[in-house]
Amino acid sequence: MIEAILLTIITAATPLVIAAIGELVTERAGVLNLGVEGMMIMGAVCAFAGSYLTGSPLLGVLCGIMGGALFSLLFGFLTLTLVTNQVATGLALTILGLGLSGQIGESFVGIPGVKLQPIVFPVLSDIPFVGPLLFKQDITFYLSIALIIGVNWFLFKSRTGLKMRAIGDNHGSAHALGINVIRTRYLAVMFGGACAGLAGAQLSLVYTPQWVENMSAGRGWIALALVVFASWRPWRVFAGGYIFGAVGILQLHAQAFGIGVPSQFLSMLPYAVTIVVLIIISHNRRTTLINTPASLGKPFVPDR
Amino acid sequence: MRIELEKRASASSLFQIVSPLLALALTLLFGALMFWMLGKNPGHALYAFFIEPLLEVWSLHELAIKAAPLILIAVGLSVCYRSNNWNIGAEGQFTIGAIVGSILPVLVPQWHSPMVLPLMLIMGAIGGALFAAIPALLKTRFNTNEILVSLMLVYIAQLFLDWLVRGPWRDPKGFNFPQTISFAKEAVLPELLESGRAHWAIVFALVAAVGVWFMMRYMLKGFEVTVLGRSERAGRFAGFSSRRMVWFSMMLSGAFAGLAGISEVSGSINHLQPSISPGYGFTAIIVAFLGRLNPLGIIVSGFILALTYLGGEAAQLSIGVSDKVTRVFQGLLLFFVLSCDTLILYRIRIIFGSDRAAAEGRS
Repeated sequence: MIEAILLTIITAATPLVIAAIGELVTERAGVLNLGVEGMMIMGAVCAFAGSYLTGSPLLGVLCGIMGGALFSLLFGFLTLTLVTNQVATGLALTILGLGLSGQIGESFVGIPGVKLQPIVFPVLSDIPFVGPLLFKQDITFYLSIALIIGVNWFLFKSRTGLKMRAIGDNHGSAHALGINVIRTRYLAVMFGGACAGLAGAQLSLVYTPQWVENMSAGRGWIALALVVFASWRPWRVFAGGYIFGAVGILQLHAQAFGIGVPSQFLSMLPYAVTIVVLIIISHNRRTTLINTPASLGKPFVPDR
Repeated sequence: MRIELEKRASASSLFQIVSPLLALALTLLFGALMFWMLGKNPGHALYAFFIEPLLEVWSLHELAIKAAPLILIAVGLSVCYRSNNWNIGAEGQFTIGAIVGSILPVLVPQWHSPMVLPLMLIMGAIGGALFAAIPALLKTRFNTNEILVSLMLVYIAQLFLDWLVRGPWRDPKGFNFPQTISFAKEAVLPELLESGRAHWAIVFALVAAVGVWFMMRYMLKGFEVTVLGRSERAGRFAGFSSRRMVWFSMMLSGAFAGLAGISEVSGSINHLQPSISPGYGFTAIIVAFLGRLNPLGIIVSGFILALTYLGGEAAQLSIGVSDKVTRVFQGLLLFFVLSCDTLILYRIRIIFGSDRAAAEGRS
């Protein structure tokens, strides 16, 4: 029983962790992309389409990643090259993503999808309890772990990561030092898009292997809140993702169990918890200021 | 090839007019391309989408019905966005406004009085304003991000409405349909003209737009909104409080969204049901930006976006494309509006060849 619940929590937390770690990198470079929801849903529909048309869910995952990354490029072009307002452009990306995915996915509604098969580690997966949880998962779970470790190393141990953080904290100085601000930001935005796309692929190939309109159901927004919750640190994204995943799953179990609370109120929980968590994290103005990348959301036009 | 921006000495007044038109033209162009890719005749499709709904009296009424909530919400949002407060939860404030405004006709249907309707409208506006006060309170008190909070509240409001109409407020004689009892005659927003369904909501919208335009143009409050939005620091020196501005702008936009919600329910639907809006609260964001955050521009853009809803329904019937096309159109439009607005402040240069050649060319 506990193992089954933990398994579903892992499945629910994985897309949140992946999307949030991507957005974390984008925001560390100083770009606020509110289009996570839109990129995620585009990833979901591209992944489903890819897997349906090629018959291979693995290729589907690849399509999801590509879809998310390409879609984020649109955001990058507007905010980085044309210097549009990042908040408004992110919203536009979400609105367009929700519409476009509905249009693309129209012919896939009701078609049963192919579930991404787990990768089984021999021997290790036979360990009782831990084995099935950690060593008998699909590739997106392993990728989520690898992404956390990789991003943590990249941001805090590598030279390029240092430059990226410098850009996020003060793009003017970084530019003066000869760092290519725009190019780095393009890459950061695309990384965020690719991650959101991968998270979407997990939704339409693992979480519920089918295409349903608006299936991201606000997860992109929760991922955005996760980044704030994590105060822009990778391991906290991981922890936060699992807390949010657990809340989502436990309320589902509570609904099935019938504890006398109307199901709608239980469904509100993930959103209400997000608000409460935001309050707890943000109420200390000083720590928030220290952690937030200083040029987050500010437009940058190189003076020549 | 590279694209470079060169700042204009002053904002181009030409492009302030041209940029929304350019955005519309580009959207139509891409729309035509999309229809062509879907295997439809682009000319025919665009005609069905954007012209046909304008040719008959009843559909002009529908246009006014759909434009009313869009304009009303967008006018409120324009004040928010100008003051740099990002309320994106108008959809939730619309829903709560509809719920609070419906308390009288649903719970006290036996009260027949001409006071019912005005009270409903006021309660709806108050409901929306109070719901928008939540992100305002959390932003001023706990420094939380109003974007995320207001959006999360949309989901909560919609689930709350869902619970009400399936649970305590469900019409006992409604054959188990998830809806409340139909509103009595006194609780229905009357029609405006003999010729069709359009009701008073569009008048509220126009009055709100002109009122806010007057405030922004001629009143100190409007100046305060603009100054604080451009630079909080400058606003502080002028003695304006950014805290109070958060409250003011959020609650104003919440009140307008709430009024839009109760007007829609009272005038068009006549009862509460799980879904009362085809995303007006989100589409209004596009309306606000297409109108360049100017209340008078918003009147025009509200009708344009209302047309995309109508056109979507018409095109579904006449040329057999899905209503999802509407959402795509709306998304595209916002993208083009935002990118064309760059032209107001910048000149765009496209530079062919390598960086070095460009650098030499300039020196």
